Amino acid sequence: MFKIVEKIVLAPSLKLFKVLAPEIAARVQPGQFIILRINERGERIPLTVADFDRSRGLLTLIFQEVGRSTKDLGKMEVEDYILDLVGPLGRPSEIANLGRVICIGGGVGVAPVYPITRALKQAGNEVISIIGARSQDYLILTEEMQAVSDRIWIATDDGSAGEKGLVTDILLQFIENNKPIDLVIAIGPLPMMKAVAEATRPYQIKTLVSMNPIMVDGTGMCGACRVVIGEETKFACVDGPEFDGHLVDWNIAQMRARMFGKEEKMAMETCSCGGDGHCQNQK
Amino acid sequence: MPKSKVRPPRQPMPLQEAQERVKNFTEVSLGYTEEHAILEASRCLSCKKPLCVDGCPVEVDIPAFIKFIQEKNYSQAIAKIKEKNNLPGICGRVCPQESQCEKHCILGKKQQPVAIGRLERFLADETSGSGQQSEQIPSSGKKVAIVGSGPSGLTAAADLALLGHKVTVMEALHTPGGVLVYGIPEFRLPKSIVQQEIDNIKELGVDIQTNTVVGKINTIDELLSGGYDAVFVGTGAGLPNFMNIPGENYNGVYSANEFLTRTNLMKGYLFPEYLTPIRIGRKVAVIGAGNVAMDSARTALRLGAAESTIVYRRTEKEMPARDEEIEHAREEGVQIRILTSPVEIIGDENGWVKSLVCQKYELGEPDESGRRRPVVIPGSEYEMEMDTVIMAIGQGPNPLVSQTTPDLAVNRHGNIIAEEATGKTNKTGVFAGGDIVTGAATVIQAMGAGKKAARAIHEYLMR
Repeated sequence: MFKIVEKIVLAPSLKLFKVLAPEIAARVQPGQFIILRINERGERIPLTVADFDRSRGLLTLIFQEVGRSTKDLGKMEVEDYILDLVGPLGRPSEIANLGRVICIGGGVGVAPVYPITRALKQAGNEVISIIGARSQDYLILTEEMQAVSDRIWIATDDGSAGEKGLVTDILLQFIENNKPIDLVIAIGPLPMMKAVAEATRPYQIKTLVSMNPIMVDGTGMCGACRVVIGEETKFACVDGPEFDGHLVDWNIAQMRARMFGKEEKMAMETCSCGGDGHCQNQK
Repeated sequence: MPKSKVRPPRQPMPLQEAQERVKNFTEVSLGYTEEHAILEASRCLSCKKPLCVDGCPVEVDIPAFIKFIQEKNYSQAIAKIKEKNNLPGICGRVCPQESQCEKHCILGKKQQPVAIGRLERFLADETSGSGQQSEQIPSSGKKVAIVGSGPSGLTAAADLALLGHKVTVMEALHTPGGVLVYGIPEFRLPKSIVQQEIDNIKELGVDIQTNTVVGKINTIDELLSGGYDAVFVGTGAGLPNFMNIPGENYNGVYSANEFLTRTNLMKGYLFPEYLTPIRIGRKVAVIGAGNVAMDSARTALRLGAAESTIVYRRTEKEMPARDEEIEHAREEGVQIRILTSPVEIIGDENGWVKSLVCQKYELGEPDESGRRRPVVIPGSEYEMEMDTVIMAIGQGPNPLVSQTTPDLAVNRHGNIIAEEATGKTNKTGVFAGGDIVTGAATVIQAMGAGKKAARAIHEYLMR
């Protein structure tokens, strides 16, 4: 059982939990993820680790309520216990002093990009960050990102904060004016990561993205998290989650993300007991 | 039934009717009644040199436990089994007895062999698996870490605990049991039985840590330097194979592991009461013909598929599944297409499986395995409408332990290299057994490996 010790509502559907998990907190590296299960009937939910406090044994998890399971998770409160939490899973990000790097986070994707950005900064890189969201209300970790970046840009769809437009608009401008760029890392919704990969492709800038496909066990056992990289099928849980954005087959990734769309809708509609096991087929 | 003056015929296993059971997930085989068991036990010849025992990978003293059944002394009978086998409820259900103990039964030469597996199951159910010696076992002061809580790990854990060692089992998933809980379906092996047998092992003092991925949260070297005197690796065949044919990543293509894990471990058949979804469609193809393929095809019917078809490259004679499983699958309406193999999966505009393109084969010359090699018939491609395709063509070794233990020797497939008789690897204090060493095999073979390794670990610890 894993105790929630802090909860912050970052935006209407964006929540931050600090969870007591000392063994994982001692071990986790930027880029890795955990899988949790709220209760006996719950799904296994993969979440990339947003931060960790090794001395206090805490993991920071930030998630967006997109379906039934993440909504149930969002209803949990401080002092509640998460039944299962396993990790760290996946390969850590490779952190090195490469020179000038651009870290891009979109929406809830700012959360996993933050510890990577911090590590890249600590490794001696010149770090440029670009973070984006729908609107100011949905921007997260702005100050934290600022603290670990040499320069930071903000983009919102409605212009309520920073520049009005997409992270890729800023990225392209920056690339034009500041060559060379040694690495771009982008984490966010699939269309954003795809757009970043397409933007950097003509410049041949190495671009890493973090894939977040549907998963079950997270240890290579089930093969649900297949992604196509170049011509090869890989498992995001053991081979990733980071891959070369220029080699990702984005069409397959987007198609596979929709696999259980119907069921997700059904789960949302079926009941809302909060996952305590008391609901009985209420429609 | 062959006639015999004194001996009753082999007692049939009471089954749920096929038309009924295909609509539920409860157990297909209902188990012997006491009356069945006594009659069946009375068939045993109590051979002086029992050949059946030679056929048992864990060397259970079969005639001895059957003798106790004849005397209705069930607690002694189960204790006799438990001297060698700590998972009788599981083995009684999923061991391929026809190719092991029962194959060697002398009665089988002229009549049918004693139903050893069914008797073992009867005892396990009758006694809830208790009957372990309860006297305090003196502690050796040694600690052993077991990686993986499947059949090999659980067996090694129980044996080592009985020898007085402090055993900790580390399991990656949230429930212990490995393939017994994520793979083998409820209708063939009820999870309450697995839980019961695991609880019995825990009572021996074995500590089971779930949600613990060795290779991620720690490494083998850290276990050895952190207070464990030996490590047993039983991580199983946890990396599903795909065929590498076009269209394999369409939605609706599952590995058997994913399909069965969603259904069994995550209870997807109770969706949305349980929140892990599984979508099945009307027509399901299962590629492969092992026990996992049969489990998948039968599960598909229970999830509501109208048609479930096994697609297999060779013929029925070569099918690796147990005869009983093939028979049960057929009774339930699973169709079987032999000498057929897919070459492409075609998807619809939404990215879902629409059809399966297959090729026909004929049998040619025998290959190195002695089985006649299937040869493609040119121009034989045809298309079958499908909503779901399940790949049940085997699994490779899970890489997480070997990736983080660079000095542990593996073969070119990634299987850990270990001595067959002892489970000894090239690394001091590290032993391995089960599917991670042999590639995908049976529950009892993995248990046999766990047993041998436990013996070798004990010798190593007490040297």
